Amino acid sequence: MLEVKQATRTFNDGLAGFKNISFSIQEGETVGILGTSGCGKSTLLRVLSGLDQNFEGAIEIAGLGEQPIGMIFQEPRLMPWLTVKENILFGVKETKRKQVNIQDYLDLVGLSDFGDYYPKDLSGGMAQRTAIARALIGQPDVLLLDEPFSALDAFTKMQLQDLLLKIQKKRLTTMVIVTHDIDEALYLCDRIFILGGQPGTLQAQLPIETAKPRDRGDSFLAAKKADILALLHIEKVVG
Amino acid sequence: MTVKMDTKEALNTQERKKMGRFGADLKKARGFALGLLIPFILLVVWEATVRFNWVDAYVFPAPTIILQKIVELAQEGTLWGHVGITFFRVIIGFLAGTIAAVVLGSIVGYFKWFEQLMDPLLQAFRSIPSLAWVPLFILWMGIGEPSKVMLIAVGVFFPIYLNIVSGIQGVDRKLIEVGKIYHFTPLQIVRRIIFPASLPSFLVGLRSGVGLGWMFVVAAELMGASQGLGYLLVVGQNTYSPELIIASIILFALLGKATDSLLKTLEARALKWQDNLQNQ
Repeated sequence: MLEVKQATRTFNDGLAGFKNISFSIQEGETVGILGTSGCGKSTLLRVLSGLDQNFEGAIEIAGLGEQPIGMIFQEPRLMPWLTVKENILFGVKETKRKQVNIQDYLDLVGLSDFGDYYPKDLSGGMAQRTAIARALIGQPDVLLLDEPFSALDAFTKMQLQDLLLKIQKKRLTTMVIVTHDIDEALYLCDRIFILGGQPGTLQAQLPIETAKPRDRGDSFLAAKKADILALLHIEKVVG
Repeated sequence: MTVKMDTKEALNTQERKKMGRFGADLKKARGFALGLLIPFILLVVWEATVRFNWVDAYVFPAPTIILQKIVELAQEGTLWGHVGITFFRVIIGFLAGTIAAVVLGSIVGYFKWFEQLMDPLLQAFRSIPSLAWVPLFILWMGIGEPSKVMLIAVGVFFPIYLNIVSGIQGVDRKLIEVGKIYHFTPLQIVRRIIFPASLPSFLVGLRSGVGLGWMFVVAAELMGASQGLGYLLVVGQNTYSPELIIASIILFALLGKATDSLLKTLEARALKWQDNLQNQ
């Protein structure tokens, strides 16, 4: 589905970015990318999305549809001059706008009555929901999420994580989530990649085989969390 | 669950907005009345000082005399000609200046190399006091309309140009990236992201541009004209009739205010999405 072969993208004389990363992701799979800051995880996502084209190596996305990539950023990045509806339709070609049922998408993200609101009247969570609908409406083959909920409060964050699970179940979207929240990765992902070093390399892949939706307090997930912490060498910093 | 909470919250604000609409109209009327208060008091004091002969009427005529003069001009039928030609000059100069500013400003704002090519030159031109062009324009284009319109256009050009350039350069790179995710062409990025995002700044430029337009039309008409409000100023000076001078000053004020209000309304309409103090 998504295949990355020996991809390298470095900055600052090879000290930042990532190096020699290879992996492949199955259709419908949700993959989380974890890593300490500066290990190139956001850069990797920018390369996958096509925003950054100065990389070496190869990236293949199978079954290239009309809109292969959808992206959700850390901030909603809504156009302030467009209403919620118009923002969701932002990437849809004008000739096709009449064919999509915008209300379906508003319902899906829980914004049924907010179609005509401007972004200035939305809360942070509602704005991010709009951004999710905007990314989904193009029916992308792969959805890339760059720390999508890190700017939100804990409760909104949990709601939106559940929303992502619902969407994933309904549409079988392939997702790549960059995050620094280990719990988020454990809750959402089928597989977790650990990136480390400067420049970052792929240090480990952990399959999480528990069925979704998962219990956030699951002891199995807690054990996995300990593994991940060990892999990230967090305890070294603390001790 | 919290989705529902969100909904309820927003419905409340929606209701509040509906309820508030009537109150807002009242508030607007009150604000308008408040703005008229000081001009009204000033007019009364002015009229009184002249009536009680505290100042000489032939130096400083009363508002009623000035109003009479304006009515007189209107009845003679010359008023419309003077106002019309001045208005026409401002509009044509304003349009010419705006078009030039939009074209140059967009290219300078969008292409770095073009900025490096053109901006130093334009900045040098900007530091020339615009009135310094007058003799040259008169030499080149004669004393007729082209030199006047040209002077106004030059005056209007710079504020609009500067605002367009800074507006375009200030567009959030993050929003442009959203367009890139959808594989927008450069033209689509300009039309759908850069243009609306720099609109606020453009409108600010238009407003200060139109203000300068009125300023320069006076200069242009003082230099030599046979019709226009600026010409009335000269006539007033030469015929010792301060009421004529003040009458044309007042007409300038009214016209300037009218065009500014027009642009302000346009601005409020176009920018109702902005998250600022005014739209709360």
